Amino acid sequence: MQDMNPQDIVGDYTEHELTFHDGSSRKLLVTEEETPFPKGCLIVSRTDTTGVITHANQSFVLMSGYEKSDLIGEPHHILRHPDMPPAAFKDLWDTLQRREKWQGYVKNLRRDGGFYWVYATAIPNIRNGEVVGYTSVRREPSRKKVEECMALYPTLF
Amino acid sequence: MTYNLAISPDFKPELISGWFIFNTWLQRQLGEGVHLEIHQDFKEQHDAIDKGKVDLIYANPFDVSQLVRNHGFTPVAKPSAKPDEAIIACHAGAFTEVKDLPTNIKIAQTDTPDVNTIGMIMLEPADIDKTTVEILNCDNFVVVAKHLMRGEADVGFFLAESFNELSALVKKDLFPLVSSQIHMIHHAMLVSPNMAGQKDQLEKLFTAMSSDQSGQKILAEIGVSQFEPMSTEDAEFMIDLMDTLTT
Repeated sequence: MQDMNPQDIVGDYTEHELTFHDGSSRKLLVTEEETPFPKGCLIVSRTDTTGVITHANQSFVLMSGYEKSDLIGEPHHILRHPDMPPAAFKDLWDTLQRREKWQGYVKNLRRDGGFYWVYATAIPNIRNGEVVGYTSVRREPSRKKVEECMALYPTLF
Repeated sequence: MTYNLAISPDFKPELISGWFIFNTWLQRQLGEGVHLEIHQDFKEQHDAIDKGKVDLIYANPFDVSQLVRNHGFTPVAKPSAKPDEAIIACHAGAFTEVKDLPTNIKIAQTDTPDVNTIGMIMLEPADIDKTTVEILNCDNFVVVAKHLMRGEADVGFFLAESFNELSALVKKDLFPLVSSQIHMIHHAMLVSPNMAGQKDQLEKLFTAMSSDQSGQKILAEIGVSQFEPMSTEDAEFMIDLMDTLTT
């Protein structure tokens, strides 16, 4: 995955280097600009079994700031924000591997360096007994829960 | 052999005669008997499904999961550009945003499962959930509106289409706090294993309806512009989506 491009960033930013579970890494450029979740919408995406995006709805495209064609074929961790503790994603993948539903509050990174909070649900797509991919649906989170996560997540690194 | 056709109980009452016309048309096309059973509510319909008394059903998206995964139904067709969206409304002047709602509100709702599910999700940003609210059950969306107008409920859950069709007189006393824009949840026509042999024929019949004038007229009578094919994967996708919304 490509490093973030300073030309895409809106506002002052800080640089971070994030290493993912597959050993790859990415330079992130992060601002403090929050984008509110669009009222009444759901952000929907699907991935293959390796976490590569195969489907993204319009709300996903809008909130991520990427073009749809830039998202399809990329790992879902293109949205990974450096403030998210790796333990949250380990729990997500462990839960999905058990073919169970995972839910949690997630701070996602936008292409422009900003962020948005979501309440995410991910489930395995099981067809004829086989897991063929995963669906993730994000909805508007409770602000109170987000504030709790803002206090908790820094303690989980 | 006579088959049983069921219509999701959330159909608009004024469309009931249209569904009987549709049923008559269907019998003529199939050359078989089809009995249209109008269930009074979702519980009655679920009982009929459990007893194997439903062969063809125009189902609420919430029921598609049970029908496909537990009862072996197969998707046939879906209405084009007719997503199920929900509106949360209150008495005009009472509130302006969901985030302003107190957690212990009283909600007026029908038994329409997808509307109620989407409605509760849209209240989550205000820390409202099933444990904090009181529910006022209503027979239809007009009754939901009446409870709001009388101040007997704080908010009401509406199918967006039904809210938009309320009279101007009623709507001026109501305020839509939020409207869902999901676009991917819709009713579906499904066949039971008992009628699975007719699936291809039914798909052809339904999807061809909009190509001639008489078919268009019948579709208009049931509030559908046209049917398009619905694959098993289309249904599975919607089921997965609903699954993420149910807890």
